[in-house]
Amino acid sequence: MGIGRLRTAFAAAVLAGTALAAPALAAGTLRIGMTASDIPLTTGQTDNGGEGMRFIGYTLYDALINWDLTSADKPSGLIPGLATEWKVDEADKTKWTFKIREGVKFHDGSAFTAEAAVWNLDKLLDDKSPQYDPRQAAQGKSRIPAVASYKALDKYTLEIVTKEPDATLPYQLAWILMSSPANWEALGKSWEAVAKKPSGTGPWMLADFVPRERADLVPFKDHWDQTRVPRLDKMVLVPLPEPNARSAALLSGQVDWIEAPAPDVIPALTGAGHQIVSNALPHNWTWHLSRLEGSPWNDIRIRKAANLAIDREGMKELLGGLMLPAKGFFTPGSQWFGEPTFAVKYDPEAAKALLAEAGYGPDKRLKVKALISPSGSGQMLPLPMNEFIQQNLAEVGIDVEFEVVEWNTMINIWRAGAGHESAKGTKSINFSYFIQDPFTGLIRHLACDLKPPNGTNWGHYCDPEMDALFKEIRTTFDAAAQDEVMRRTHEKFVDEALFLMVTHDVAPRAMSTKVKGFVQAQNWYQNFGSITMD
Amino acid sequence: MLAYLLRRLVYVVPVALGVSLICFMLVHIAPGDPLVAVMPLDATAEQEAEMRAAYGFDKPLPVQFGLWVAKAATGDLGRSIATGRPVAGEVMTAVGNTLVLAAAASLIGFPLGLLFGFVAGYFRDTGVDRAVTALAITGVSVPNYWLGMVLVIVFSVTLGWLPAMGAGPGGSRDWGWDAEHLRYLVLPAVTLAVVPMGIVARTVRALVGDILSQEFVQALYAKGLMHGGVLRHVVRNAAPTALAVMGLQLGYLLGGSILIETVFNWPGTGFLLSNAIFQRDLPLLQGTILVLALFFVAVNLLVDLAQTVIDPRIKRT
Repeated sequence: MGIGRLRTAFAAAVLAGTALAAPALAAGTLRIGMTASDIPLTTGQTDNGGEGMRFIGYTLYDALINWDLTSADKPSGLIPGLATEWKVDEADKTKWTFKIREGVKFHDGSAFTAEAAVWNLDKLLDDKSPQYDPRQAAQGKSRIPAVASYKALDKYTLEIVTKEPDATLPYQLAWILMSSPANWEALGKSWEAVAKKPSGTGPWMLADFVPRERADLVPFKDHWDQTRVPRLDKMVLVPLPEPNARSAALLSGQVDWIEAPAPDVIPALTGAGHQIVSNALPHNWTWHLSRLEGSPWNDIRIRKAANLAIDREGMKELLGGLMLPAKGFFTPGSQWFGEPTFAVKYDPEAAKALLAEAGYGPDKRLKVKALISPSGSGQMLPLPMNEFIQQNLAEVGIDVEFEVVEWNTMINIWRAGAGHESAKGTKSINFSYFIQDPFTGLIRHLACDLKPPNGTNWGHYCDPEMDALFKEIRTTFDAAAQDEVMRRTHEKFVDEALFLMVTHDVAPRAMSTKVKGFVQAQNWYQNFGSITMD
Repeated sequence: MLAYLLRRLVYVVPVALGVSLICFMLVHIAPGDPLVAVMPLDATAEQEAEMRAAYGFDKPLPVQFGLWVAKAATGDLGRSIATGRPVAGEVMTAVGNTLVLAAAASLIGFPLGLLFGFVAGYFRDTGVDRAVTALAITGVSVPNYWLGMVLVIVFSVTLGWLPAMGAGPGGSRDWGWDAEHLRYLVLPAVTLAVVPMGIVARTVRALVGDILSQEFVQALYAKGLMHGGVLRHVVRNAAPTALAVMGLQLGYLLGGSILIETVFNWPGTGFLLSNAIFQRDLPLLQGTILVLALFFVAVNLLVDLAQTVIDPRIKRT
C-alpha cells in the first residue's frame, strides 16, 4: 500500500472518529511538532535550516539587526536588534559603525557589549581564537562574506569593515546570533557544555533539553524588548520528522501545533477541529535554467512560452490550496516585486505562438531534460508538481524528460553547476530557494562571479547589465533607494523570464484551536511571544 | 567449553571488521555528502573544502577507514557530524531505548508465539490449527509499519486511550517502569511483537507436529504416560530449535526497527539509523551498525550456550 493510500485511510479513520482530550497540562504550555529530526544546534548559530533559526535561533538569541516579525499583512523587513542604529562612513563606504543597545543582559546575567559582539564574530571567523567553533562557523561564516575586520571602538560602539562597499551588510548580520562569552567561560570554555545550557539575549531560555526528543523553552522575563516577552509559561519543541507521526501527535492531543502538515491530511485535521494557518513566504519553487551554450533556454521566447504554459491555479488545486502561484521571482506582495511588464500567467495559446516563432511546433517538438528530486527541504511535493508541469509543457509542445536524483545528490549537482558532468547534460533543475534578502533572493543566482564552483549561479548566466544592477544594490546605502534598485532588478528577472517561475510555499502549520494570538509573519522565522493557550 | 567460548569471542573481531568495512563501503557508494547536513546550501567551494579537511573527508578512503578502525578499537567511535555529540553516547542511549522496546515486544511476542505454536501443532489439521495458522501468517505478512499506523488511528486518534508517539511524557531520559510510561510502550511493543510472534508460532507448530509423529511419542503413550507427560517430552525436544529461532528474533528486535521507531517516534537505534542515513552522518552510521552487529553476535553466542544447557546432546567444543 502506498503512502498516499495510507494517508487517505488515515484521514478517513480520523474523520470517522473523535479525538479524546489528552491529559491536562499547565495553562500556557505550547507543544510544537517540528519537521526536524533533532533539536537544532543550541549554541548560537543554528543548524536545520529555516526551522533551526525559527525555533532555537530567534527564540534564544538576538542578532545585531533583527527581522520584524510583528505583522502578517506586510512583508517583513529589518529592525534594530542588539544594535540600535548603524551607519556607513560617508568617506569610506567599507566602514560601518553600530551603536550597541545599552542595558541588554544575556540569560546568565552578563551584559551584552561591543566586545561581546566582537567575541561572537571571532567565534565564527577567527579559527585562532579560543572560542572558535567549527560547528557554528559552518553555519555562520558563509552568511557574512562581506566582513573583512571588526573591532569594539568603545563599550557600546562596534566597527565592521567590509572587503568592498556592500550595502547588503545589514541583511548579512541578521543571520548572526550572539551567544554569551561569560556563559562559555563559566562552562569550562566548552561548546558541548554550552549546548546543554546555552545563554543568549533572546526572549526565551532553554530550560531543558533531551537530544532528539524535546527541548523546553521558558520566558526570559528580563528581555530588553518587553513586547517580545512570551505570554506562555513554556514552549516544548518535539522533533517529529515523519509527517504521519506529526499528524497523529496533533490529532491525539500530544502536541498543539505541527509544522508542514501533508496536504492530503489537512481535511482530516480540519475535520477534527484544528486550524490551518499559512501566509506568503519568501520562498521560491522554481526551475533554474541552464544558460550554457546549446541550452534551449537561451531563447527568451522559449523561456516565456514555458512560463505561459503552466496552469498554476490547477497546481494549487492539486496541493489543496497550499501554494501561492508565482507572478514573478519574489512573492506578489514583496516590497521588491516592482512592476514587471511580462505577465506570468497561464496562456497556452500565447505559449504555442512564441514556440512557433522560435521554430518549434507540432512537427518539431522541443525536448528538454530536467533534474528533479523525489523529496527535499522546501521542495514541497516535487514529484506530482513536476509531473503536472511536464503535462502542461507537453500540451504546448515541450517534451520534458526527468533525471530523478536523491535530494542530497541534487544539492551537490546544484552546487557543481549545469556544466558539471554530474548534471548529465540537463538544462534545468527544480530547486526551491530561500529569497529573504538581496543576496539569497537575487544576487547568488545570477551574478557572473558566482558561477560554479565559486557560487550557486547554477545556470552559468552572465549579463553585464544584471551585474551592474547587483553592484548598484551593493552600493546603495539608503534603504529606500536600495529597495528601488531591488525592484528594478526583479523586473529584469521577470521581464526576461530568467527562471520558470512556478510557485511560493505558504508555510502551512496546523494547530489546535486552543492556540491563540499567533501572527504568522511573511518570514521564515516567527514570533512566539504573542501566543496564549486557552 | 571455555575454549569454545574464547574461540567465539575471537571470531567477533573479524565479524566486527567485516561489518565495519561493508558499512563504510556502502555508505561511500551511496549518493550524497555528509557535509550537506552541517553547511548552508550556498556555502562556497572554499568553505566546503575547509570543512572537508576539518572532518577528514579529504583523505583517501582507506586512510579514513583505517583511522576510524584504530579509534574504534580504543572505544572511541568519534563524533556525529550532524550533532557534534560523541557517537558512543548517542548509540548507547538509543540502544537503551531499543532494549526497552525489544524486551516488551519479546514479552508479548514469544509467549504468545509459543502458545499458539503448541496449540496449533498439538491440534494439527483441526479448526484450531487453521485459525492459529491464519493468525500467524497474518502476523508475518502484514507490514508492521502499516499495522502501527492503524493502531495509532484506532487507539490514539479515535479512542484517545494511548499516546501516539514518544517514549514518555518527559522523553526517554526520564523513563520509568510505571503506568504513565508503560502507556507509551504499548502500541510500539504490540506492533513490533507481531512478526516474531508469527514466526515463533509457525516454527513451533511445525516442530510439535513433527515430534508428535515420531515413534518415541507412541512409545511414551504405550508406556502409559498421560497427555501431560508426553507433552513435557515434546516441549523438551522442541525447545532447542525454538530457542534458536527466538534468539535470532531477539537479535532482530535489538537491532531496532527503523519503520516502527519512525512511526512511533521512539528514540531507539532504528530511529537513530534512519536519521544517520538521511543526514549521511558517517560516524554515527558506522558506530551504530558496529554496536548492533556486536549485539547480534552476543545474542547468538548466548543462545548457543543456552542450547547446550537445555539439550545435553548438543556439545560445544
